[in-house]
Amino acid sequence: MTHYLDFERPLAEIEGKAEELRAMARGNDEMDVEEEAAALDAKAATLLAELYGKLTPWRKCQVARHPQRPHCKDYIEALFTEYTPLAGDRGFADDQAVMGGLARLDDRPVMVIGHEKGHDTQSRLSRNFGMARPEGYRKAIRLMEMAGRFGLPVVTLIDTPGAYPGKGAEERGQSEAIARSTEACLRIGVPLVSVVIGEGGSGGAVAFATANRVAMLEHSVYSVISPEGCASILWKDAEKMREAAEALRLTAQDLLKLGVADRIIPEPLGGAHRDPAATMAAVKSMLNTMLSEFDERDAAQLIADRRRKYLNIGSKGLAA
Amino acid sequence: MNWITNYVRPRINSIFSRRETPENLWSKCDGCGTMLFHREISDNLNVCTNCNHHMHITPRDRFAALFDGGIFSEVAVPEPLSDPLQFRDQKRYPDRLKAAQRDTGEKEAMLVATGEIGRTPIVAAAQDFSFMAGSMGMYVGNAIIAAAEEAVRLGRPLILFSAAGGARMQEGILSLMQMPRTTVAVQMLKEAGLPYIVVLTHPTTGGVTASYAMLGDIQIAEPEALICFAGPRVIEQTIREKLPEGFQRAEYLLEHGMLDRVTDRREMRKELIVITRMLMQMPPPTWGDLPPPGPETVSGSPEPATQTDRSG
Repeated sequence: MTHYLDFERPLAEIEGKAEELRAMARGNDEMDVEEEAAALDAKAATLLAELYGKLTPWRKCQVARHPQRPHCKDYIEALFTEYTPLAGDRGFADDQAVMGGLARLDDRPVMVIGHEKGHDTQSRLSRNFGMARPEGYRKAIRLMEMAGRFGLPVVTLIDTPGAYPGKGAEERGQSEAIARSTEACLRIGVPLVSVVIGEGGSGGAVAFATANRVAMLEHSVYSVISPEGCASILWKDAEKMREAAEALRLTAQDLLKLGVADRIIPEPLGGAHRDPAATMAAVKSMLNTMLSEFDERDAAQLIADRRRKYLNIGSKGLAA
Repeated sequence: MNWITNYVRPRINSIFSRRETPENLWSKCDGCGTMLFHREISDNLNVCTNCNHHMHITPRDRFAALFDGGIFSEVAVPEPLSDPLQFRDQKRYPDRLKAAQRDTGEKEAMLVATGEIGRTPIVAAAQDFSFMAGSMGMYVGNAIIAAAEEAVRLGRPLILFSAAGGARMQEGILSLMQMPRTTVAVQMLKEAGLPYIVVLTHPTTGGVTASYAMLGDIQIAEPEALICFAGPRVIEQTIREKLPEGFQRAEYLLEHGMLDRVTDRREMRKELIVITRMLMQMPPPTWGDLPPPGPETVSGSPEPATQTDRSG
């Protein structure tokens, strides 16, 4: 079952009709519906192209949060071999909202770390909808430091609504954990490349995405605050999320212009969830390209590259 | 404007305006509600003389009390792009900025200065909560980087007073990018072997806490300061339960191991002098020798470039 977003309703109707026709024909040999169904398919394809050709920033947020969009776990399973999860922050707990471990990208051993949102009720709860607690960031710090010691490049996959706003998370130092994680990203003497696969939610995302190279999927977003949060603060009305999404400039396309994203990975028509295999292949090839840029660089150069990149951000605006 | 003001304007108006009491002669303590005379509060560094509640203090007033003789020289901050996103909510961002500049008389939400405290040379940076809630945008990021670079150049410790509602939404992702940028600044200090001391003041929240404000070698907070990543309201909405008394206040954080100390603002200067001198391997301070803190002090302190004296 395809899950349709609100703006995809006309598309759902057409695709539903085509499906219905074919289902009827399956029960009745004399009916020939293929011609009619094919016409509907064509209509659906045109509509899909139309809808996705001009996605508004808010619609991009919706696509980025699509429940069927491939998540971190899907990417890890599809892109890497010998994935060996490593758990725990060695202080308090293992945060399931953050996945991480050793893996091979083709033959290259790497450390992969990412936010996992979960795909059904049970896994969403155990993953806390991809909202990490301090333990998640501390696990990531531990893994990044280990990667640094053994010369393994770090790959991070970003997909989080933000860090978890909870009582325990605050008591255990949510902000300190995020600050140290960002600091670890900047300190390690190995290449760090990052892909925003869905939502890049504020500090929770920065903590992993402070990288030598940041790629964003075509319909992913990355923002200082969710459009709903921004709307409720600046417009005093959470329903103004469309306006807020527009104003925040959170799309991959805008972030590329601002120098926050370095690359955009095209998505299949209709979003990553309509053809996960093609999306995976594109992400894998982008990871290899980005990592190969750093093959000849030593630790000092890698650290200097990251610093320069972040110190320079802000020198380009969007002004036409 | 009504008919009477138009009609009998010149004389009557001048009588009325003469009668008006100057603003801010008295103010009410946010903590206990006591009316306090402005002189009394400012002599006490904006700490209530009745209940010790720490009220807001501007970076300039804080520096006037912190530096020997109230003398410091400002460090120039590189100007960022203005309104890079052409952000507009109910107001245009440049209009909000202008309003904040008019209300505070300051250019932006952070002041950086060099000077001496107890004859200990330092660089200090202070965030101004009255300027758009002290929010961290590109200017604040540039200010922290400038402060760190100046500290490294002069071989001095950096003392940073934080106060912010978080990142400046009107700068969107570029405000978020101040988290890694300011973290680079902290790393510069660490590599140069220079102390970085953070004084967290009320309130310090959001992306500010999740970057430079939590990366100090020493973390001190003012009493009762709210220090958090997510604010109490957001948490209550998320977990749907009431939060305990004093949650996310300085004392609570101290108890949970997130701070080194909670220190009264009136003791802060002394404490900073003691700490920085030890970290910098300097001899103990000689207290009697020094002019007492406070903007009234006229002092013969040595040589800073631009003198700022706010005693008038």
